[in-house]
Amino acid sequence: MPDSHLFAALILLATVTAGLVRIFIGTGRVEWLLALQLLGTSAVAVVLLLAHGMQMPGLRDLALLIGLLASILAVAFVRYSGIDSNQAQDRR
Amino acid sequence: MIDSIGWFFIVLGIIFFLSGTIALIRFPDMFTRMHALTKADNLGLGFVAAGLALQAGSVFIALKLLLIWLIIMLASASVSHLIARTARKTIREQKDST
Repeated sequence: MPDSHLFAALILLATVTAGLVRIFIGTGRVEWLLALQLLGTSAVAVVLLLAHGMQMPGLRDLALLIGLLASILAVAFVRYSGIDSNQAQDRR
Repeated sequence: MIDSIGWFFIVLGIIFFLSGTIALIRFPDMFTRMHALTKADNLGLGFVAAGLALQAGSVFIALKLLLIWLIIMLASASVSHLIARTARKTIREQKDST
């Protein structure tokens, strides 16, 4: 049974990789953020599947961490990348 | 039996992830893509977590999976609002400058 969990995780990973194509055909920074969101959510699912499939309960904490880090990264990117020029001026 | 129901949920979740990815690649503009991505992906994660919770065989782990899903959903919702707001602002500034 554990093998099928690894297989499910692999399919999910392939899906995410396909989603990253959007970065190459995308038009701007918002596209990168969307791809990052996709990557974050799917990575959580992949790691949860691995936690069950490989009998490693610690990976569940890692899943939580990955999800939160993806959100924090998106917030930091919006704040400091110059997409939001008004707020960038406020900061100075 | 419970194991099979769990698998049903996991496969359903993977299908949702797949549709989210296809939407991200195929949809015409930024806001429709964001709409597809945030809803389909969080639902997919919810289904995968629910399936794993059924297979875990422990209430503690099931609750933890539920908690992980809720926190990710909360974070993802706030981030999507942030992205949408800045995207709209950027578009407006581009219109003003032309």
